[in-house]
Amino acid sequence: MIKVTIDGVECKAEEGEFVLNIARANDIFIPALCYISNCSPTLACRLCLVEVDGKRAYSCNAKAKDGMSIITKNEEIEKERRAIMEVYDVNHPLECGVCDQSGECELQNYTLEMEVDSQSHCIADMPRPTQNWGKIHYDSSLCIVCERCVTVCKDMIGESALKTVKRGGPELDKGWKDKMPKDAYAMWNKLQKATIGVASGADTLDCTMCGECTSVCPVGALVGSDFQYTANAWELKKIPAANPHSSDCSLIYYDVRHDNISNTNDKIYRVSNDYSFSPIHGGIRYGYDFENVVEGKDKEAFERVINLMKTEVDTIEFDSFITNEEALILQKLKDKFGYKLVNNDAYMYRKFLDNFASTSGVNLYNGDLKTVQNSNFVVSVGTALKTDSPNSGFAFNNALVMNKGAGLYFHPLGDPVVEGYSKNILSVQHKVGAEEAVLYLILDLFGKNLPVETADYLKSFHTICKQTVGEGDETKEIEIDENSLFELAGIEDFSEKLPKLLAKKDKFSLIVGEDLYAHPKSKNLAKLLGLIQKYTDFSVVIIPSQTNTLGVSMICDLNKKKGEFTLGYNVKADVTLSALGKGDLDMPALNQQEGTFTNINKRVVPTNVALPFNGYCLNDIANELGLDAENTIDYTEELPTRRGFKSVEFDSLPNEFTSAGVENRGYLLSEKIVTSKDEVDEIENIKDFSSPIYLANPVHQFNAFTNKAHQLCQAGSLYVSSEFLEKRELQNGDMVEVEGGDGFKLTIRVELDPMISGDIPYLPTFDTKLNAKQFFPSGYRYADVSIRGVK
Amino acid sequence: MSLEQFSKRDASPGYIFYNAEPTPKSGWEYFKRGFSRAIKGELFVGLKIVLVEMLRKGNSHTISYPQEKIEMAPRYRAIHKLLKLQESGSERCIGCGLCEKICIANCIRMETKLDENSRKEVSQYTINFGRCIFCGYCAEVCPELAIVHSGDYENASEQRAHFGLKEDMLTPLDEFKANKQKEFPGFGALSDDADSFVKKTPLAY
Repeated sequence: MIKVTIDGVECKAEEGEFVLNIARANDIFIPALCYISNCSPTLACRLCLVEVDGKRAYSCNAKAKDGMSIITKNEEIEKERRAIMEVYDVNHPLECGVCDQSGECELQNYTLEMEVDSQSHCIADMPRPTQNWGKIHYDSSLCIVCERCVTVCKDMIGESALKTVKRGGPELDKGWKDKMPKDAYAMWNKLQKATIGVASGADTLDCTMCGECTSVCPVGALVGSDFQYTANAWELKKIPAANPHSSDCSLIYYDVRHDNISNTNDKIYRVSNDYSFSPIHGGIRYGYDFENVVEGKDKEAFERVINLMKTEVDTIEFDSFITNEEALILQKLKDKFGYKLVNNDAYMYRKFLDNFASTSGVNLYNGDLKTVQNSNFVVSVGTALKTDSPNSGFAFNNALVMNKGAGLYFHPLGDPVVEGYSKNILSVQHKVGAEEAVLYLILDLFGKNLPVETADYLKSFHTICKQTVGEGDETKEIEIDENSLFELAGIEDFSEKLPKLLAKKDKFSLIVGEDLYAHPKSKNLAKLLGLIQKYTDFSVVIIPSQTNTLGVSMICDLNKKKGEFTLGYNVKADVTLSALGKGDLDMPALNQQEGTFTNINKRVVPTNVALPFNGYCLNDIANELGLDAENTIDYTEELPTRRGFKSVEFDSLPNEFTSAGVENRGYLLSEKIVTSKDEVDEIENIKDFSSPIYLANPVHQFNAFTNKAHQLCQAGSLYVSSEFLEKRELQNGDMVEVEGGDGFKLTIRVELDPMISGDIPYLPTFDTKLNAKQFFPSGYRYADVSIRGVK
Repeated sequence: MSLEQFSKRDASPGYIFYNAEPTPKSGWEYFKRGFSRAIKGELFVGLKIVLVEMLRKGNSHTISYPQEKIEMAPRYRAIHKLLKLQESGSERCIGCGLCEKICIANCIRMETKLDENSRKEVSQYTINFGRCIFCGYCAEVCPELAIVHSGDYENASEQRAHFGLKEDMLTPLDEFKANKQKEFPGFGALSDDADSFVKKTPLAY
């Protein structure tokens, strides 16, 4: 820790931290338009000009040294800042009245802050047409080229889909140089030459459309096309919540307002986020209106369900898109009435964690997305990162870009988006099912003081062979260490490239995902992972496959087998409670509920009600069956402490980031130490797949709820790469018949997914009509099928 | 951000309930309340003034309405009008939503959308005149002088909905074509010396 003085206030900081961040953490205001936390400074706006020990510096890239004295404001600086704001206002369209950003516009705010009441600069304007990039709308004339969108896309999201392009138009007259402060002139000179464009040069954006650029835009230049001109910032009420679609459960805000002039009911107009500290993916940015609208309480249906629950129902089947409180209600019902609780997803995850604990010695993994972000060597195994958990991908990319990191991405399906994160990422497409060899390889490469048995086993893969190199007289015999684990995993030996990737790396993270949980060898995989956590420098993150998989697996004692009569909660069964609005009794969707989720960071985070629900909820059913709680959130206090939850009232859970970027949301699950044994099995070959398909969702889709949202609604297809189409001589849009091993058949449209490569197509789960899961009975995400073209 | 608002789970939004004096239960209590409300000393003061004014000569304040009508002063605030642009005939309202925001009676509501020319279009606009307190804030805040108060104080109708819609308030086309839309001198309009406050911006053309 060092000490710096900012405007006479003594602040503690880390050596090398940016001055702007120190100031923000200590609630000292320094204006800045172009800087975003966790991304690299661009020096586009120059507003953050300060005086460091008597010299001018930009606080967004000035690194703190012990004893520094910083002045954020003096006459000269104020002159610069005012001139900069005047320049930004030159030719900026006077359309605040219609602009979507008006009211939360940083250009407006700083123009007022710098008291710009007259203009002394001018330059001829040029036509700057608007561009429609699908879900994103770009208005070049409103753009102030702060490059935040470019920065966040490169440093956080990892796609580099945007860049600054040449604007054309009149050049800045050199005469201004003498007439205005020099930073303002330099800023203007740069501003006048640039505008934002698509990096690939295409007509429209060709990225995953996460929409983070619209979130960071300080002005109204980048807005969501669907939101454009429908509401004003000040009319929208922000409801803090947690992302209900994926296990990152990032902090989001549902922006609600009355629906229209005759309907006073609230409607969600958009989802916004705290872009400085928590990026969100497109699935929730566009998939927010999945609410279940019901007229009122359907007494008849309710009584029928209650009757059935009292008489016939012996099993409750559900998925993990529920809150902790609901999971606890289900568990309490189990305790009281002996229902079987079936949730294959959480069951698999729980078993995986238990096996993991049997070698690692702790019941939870030791990493989270923050440790991934802070590391400089990241490995990902067994997950289609971009679509399974986009936020893990953001953390991965952020580590690569900001910490000069490197990474390995192991997956049978190639992913050009992940490969594009950095040139220091090695994408390894291994054989389907070879994850065991991959984990052994990681142990082999990074293990320290491994248990003797494991070390001996790993040694058995190495053979030293001699090879002669050189020409003519200068031949030399060298020893080459051949590692047959590479061959077992079905990959090329990359040990030559490894030293370069590993140079100067000291913080390691490993992300593993859903492919492993239902893997035929999942037990051993989990144990290997435990050894990796214990005997390597890696901190491990085991991505919960659905929003609250971790929470459900901690709270519920799950059963594997169903009974005779099943009640499904958001799952089709003999009698169905559904938030999708297709069941026997309507339930509130996750944007109509309050409660908590347990997320990938092992944090219990609260979510609030954005829209009212007029029907019955699970708590009403539980109350009718003899439990007693006024609200669902009364159960928050009762979450099982023996599993690491805390006895905290829901209303006292915070849900925010502090200005220093500290995540002040809910609380962390506490870890439990368990007894462990360093026992793992040897690699056992699983059967080869001749024509595998994968179970995954395309970009933006996570479940049936995202597919209900009006901006994301689509029909599921068989998603294939362009290589696959060429090889099979198929066209995008052709129909094919997929036949599974058990004789299941599905006739389905083929759709080109430009964001995968390789020969393995995938089937989605978001379209419930397809019932894709029938091809994957055990939950394992690969299946052997035959695919035939249909005329 | 304060989460306090989310912990109130039972109250309907924004209403404060007021406990008035208790309802009388017996006939005697009704009589007592009626008497105490009706007979007050002030009554006779008022009666005296009326009597004096009645007897004074040449003191008539009334006009023969409805044959005769008073011209309202420019700053009089009655039913709103929505004006059109003199040059193009299109609506002045740009849908900025400031009137909706500033309305303290919360009676203005509008809907906007992106129209086919990529401009912001006001698709619906209503004022609930049952709630409007005619404070004039909407006219004052309007950056385009699009919503103004007219002098139309005769707002008797069978239904109050007869006034609240956009079509009723917008200058009718025939009136506009006949050049009958007058520039509004009243509430929120620019003052005569407004030009002298303008700071000129340099131009590069």
